[in-house]
Amino acid sequence: MSADAVVRTARSRRARLAAGDVVAWICGGIIALAVLVAILGPLLAPHDPNAADLNDQFVGPVAGHPLGFDAQGRDLLSRLLAGARTSMLGPTAVVVLAMAAGVLAAVTAAWRGGWVDAALGTVMDVLFSFPGILLAILASAVFGPSLWAAVIALSIAYTPYVARVLRSAAVRERAQEYIAAAEVQGASAVAICARHLVPNVAPLIVAQATLLFGYAMVDLAAISFLGLGVQPPQADWGVMVSTGKAGVLQGYPAESLAAGLCIVVVVVAVNLLGERLGERRR
Amino acid sequence: MAEPVLEARGLRKVYGDHVAVDGVDLALAPGGSLGIVGESGSGKTTVARMIVGLTRPTAGTIAVCGRDRSQPARGTAERRRRAREVQIVFQNPYASLDPRRSPADALDEVLRLHTDAGADERRARIAELGELVGLDERMLRARPRALSGGQRQRVAIARALAAQPRVIVLDEAVAALDVSIQAQILNLLADVRARIGVAYVFISHDLAVVRQIADETLVMQRGRVVERGPTEQVLDDPRDPYTRLLRASVPGPGWRPVRRGAPTTGGAT
Amino acid sequence: MSAPLLEVADLAVTLPVEGERRTVLHDVSLAIGPGEALGLVGESGSGKSMTARAVARLLPGGAAVTGSIRFDGTDVTALRGGELRAYRRSVAMVFQDPRAHVNPVRRIGDFLTEGLRLRGVARAEAARRAVAALADVGIPDGERRLRQYPHELSGGLLQRVMIAAALLAEPRLVLADEPTTALDVTTQSEVMAIIDELRRERGLALLFITHDLDLAAAVCDRIAVMYAGAIVEERAAAVLHDDPLHPYSAALAAARPAVDRTLPRLAAVRGRLVSAFEAPAGCAFAPRCAHAQDRCAAELPPLRPLDGGAVRCARAEELRGRLAPQEVAGG
Ligand SMILES: Nc1ncnc2c1ncn2[C@@H]1O[C@H](COP(=O)(O)OP(=O)(O)OP(=O)(O)O)[C@@H](O)[C@H]1O
Ligand SMILES: Nc1ncnc2c1ncn2[C@@H]1O[C@H](COP(=O)(O)OP(=O)(O)OP(=O)(O)O)[C@@H](O)[C@H]1O
Ligand SMILES: [Mg+2]
Ligand SMILES: [Mg+2]
Repeated sequence: MSADAVVRTARSRRARLAAGDVVAWICGGIIALAVLVAILGPLLAPHDPNAADLNDQFVGPVAGHPLGFDAQGRDLLSRLLAGARTSMLGPTAVVVLAMAAGVLAAVTAAWRGGWVDAALGTVMDVLFSFPGILLAILASAVFGPSLWAAVIALSIAYTPYVARVLRSAAVRERAQEYIAAAEVQGASAVAICARHLVPNVAPLIVAQATLLFGYAMVDLAAISFLGLGVQPPQADWGVMVSTGKAGVLQGYPAESLAAGLCIVVVVVAVNLLGERLGERRR
Repeated sequence: MAEPVLEARGLRKVYGDHVAVDGVDLALAPGGSLGIVGESGSGKTTVARMIVGLTRPTAGTIAVCGRDRSQPARGTAERRRRAREVQIVFQNPYASLDPRRSPADALDEVLRLHTDAGADERRARIAELGELVGLDERMLRARPRALSGGQRQRVAIARALAAQPRVIVLDEAVAALDVSIQAQILNLLADVRARIGVAYVFISHDLAVVRQIADETLVMQRGRVVERGPTEQVLDDPRDPYTRLLRASVPGPGWRPVRRGAPTTGGAT
Repeated sequence: MSAPLLEVADLAVTLPVEGERRTVLHDVSLAIGPGEALGLVGESGSGKSMTARAVARLLPGGAAVTGSIRFDGTDVTALRGGELRAYRRSVAMVFQDPRAHVNPVRRIGDFLTEGLRLRGVARAEAARRAVAALADVGIPDGERRLRQYPHELSGGLLQRVMIAAALLAEPRLVLADEPTTALDVTTQSEVMAIIDELRRERGLALLFITHDLDLAAAVCDRIAVMYAGAIVEERAAAVLHDDPLHPYSAALAAARPAVDRTLPRLAAVRGRLVSAFEAPAGCAFAPRCAHAQDRCAAELPPLRPLDGGAVRCARAEELRGRLAPQEVAGG
């Protein structure tokens, strides 16, 4: 290869890295913004998100109300901002719960092997066969429909996915001699898993978590759409897609569209960022 | 022999219907050095793993410093005490270091487990250990991926020394090193032994290296010990046919590789 | 020598480490003809594995390569896509660390037959050939081994599986990175005999990386000695051990323990090894060399022909004959 070619590949690699970074920064910015809105949303809202005025029903954008009003004459922008909180919190909780349970199950199975591994595998297979939505319906029947019933149902439904993917990575890592070396050093199983095993499967954990966040956001919206999750009149993007359907039929799709767009943008940003992080770690 | 620091009797390990180790006895005096040579797959690594407690023997007993360790350790204190009795250096320098941790981190972890030295003291000790095995500051800070096989193996040796054990099991520990570094490490191992009286179980395929480091030698084939004795006697005057074959297979001037009609690999049973 | 199958000229490789570029190879030139075996020995970390990886086009990400690597006349550093795959099929690599290059959750059988299946060989036939290849490397109960997982095999068995995999691919060039380090000497002898046989029968070219000078002398035609990312000597295998031209080669020969006598102490080379990127301006070995003079530190001589071989030492002519192994003092 000529010196010229070296320079060329080096440059194109740098260009690729830079491009990756730009995308990563944009995605990170979007997510940061969404988190900020989720925290400050109600304070940012220019109007009371629940103040209805039937005179304003389906009124389009006017001064002070850049997105217009919904079917009950509530300010759309205010509802979007206020709705960010449950819309972001729900999937985050699902990710935290499902990842915690999944990592614990995977690491335990890989560490102990033998019958523990087999038993955990069977439990996961059983859970695996329940669709998430079905669990959510069951949960809302038992606990009454609420965000938390939906979150718990989805966490249970996602755990086996996480456990299955991470288990094979953890088994691979468990067989490495550096783990055996740590055992011979007298470190405890918990310490070895926390200091060596889990960090070495971390890239996969990050990738799984971001994927899961996207799924959870969409599924929670669907559950709210079915009326089993967050309950109206509380503002929530999933609920808004649902309540907006009246407007869609009458030719006023703004509410459903705006809320749906928020969901799509956040989900895509999280997935792209997760992909980038996964690549960088490798 | 003085009270042995390591003693194993009737060690046996069965995997499914395959007998990997079949009735091995061995004893090691404090500060002694025992070589184990033999066929690939004859159970040398399995013996090593049983001694350090990574594999549970199917039958037989192992005692280190007079304390039995055939059963898994109970409790943190006993686990750490066992760690200060026996350490291991593995065959494969590529898998025996955590890819995410620098050598300095790895040594620090051991020092924190086994001493209550402060950060400064540990740092000094890490530099000292690095010095001992010929790793400079830069190598101590590098990720294992950026070290060559020989460099990694020296990290593994330093890590085994860090806990100041009574016995170190070295499983093919110098196989990955080039001869000049191998010479350094062998001299180093000899010095450490002379200075702190650590004892070695030294597993190797390289008979010349075993001759250099081991006082006594065991020859293993198909899970059994076929010959044992003072190293010089075993190598200069082998009795068992397998030992003779091994001795004749060592490359040297005029040596040619030969292919036997029927492979004699019992490890492949 | 007829046209070489592999010809490496002025190869230099740098890798990115913590934001800076680090030289791991700075001047490697070698040639191997069909049916020929070249031994590569040298300091740990001197770049032997990197040289093999560069030839196999398996360098870590971010590596920048200069110089040329020609295989059968084509420059392989620029190959892409289909051409690269075709090239890789004619070159097999046996890795120094088999466990890191085999998927621990797949069976030995899948690993061995994968390549054959990709080439359209039927399943039963692929399994039959795999068993035959295992028998070739001294593993008689192949059927059982095909069903096992890597962790169930000892280091030596796994290394033999890797050698069998390399031979199954029917390559024209084998890059063997310490292939027998994990084997007992009897099995080593057998495996080397098989590789030797294939080399003669099929005109297989072999790059053989090892630490064992005696072994290299027995199975190779020529031996190249590496130090700090460069080749410092290349000689006919038969003469390197007894008549080295470079002080480092002499030191290597002297450091080796002997199987027939116990030495009070081994002749380790004094000083610390240096990596290619931190090598001083002049000869990289000079700081550790018993024969170094001021000019050695000043400039690095090129690899130049001498006594039917080649050497990179400013004082090679003067030192000729004075470097016999026993004369090198221990450090
Ligand atoms: N976990 C396991 N499951 C099944 N068989 C195993 C397992 N570990 C080792 N074996 C078998 O036990 C035998 C002895 O293996 P061991 O690793 O002790 O050999 P070794 O003497 O160290 O060989 P080498 O010199 O090649 O490293 C081999 O036949 C191997 O296949
Ligand atoms: N991925 C990497 N990134 C940066 N530096 C590396 C990387 N891999 C290897 N090196 C460096 O490149 C140099 C050459 O390494 P290489 O593995 O080729 O040595 P070697 O001659 O095969 O040694 P050994 O006999 O110990 O296997 C070493 O100094 C090593 O530290
Ligand atoms: Mg072994
Ligand atoms: Mg190497």
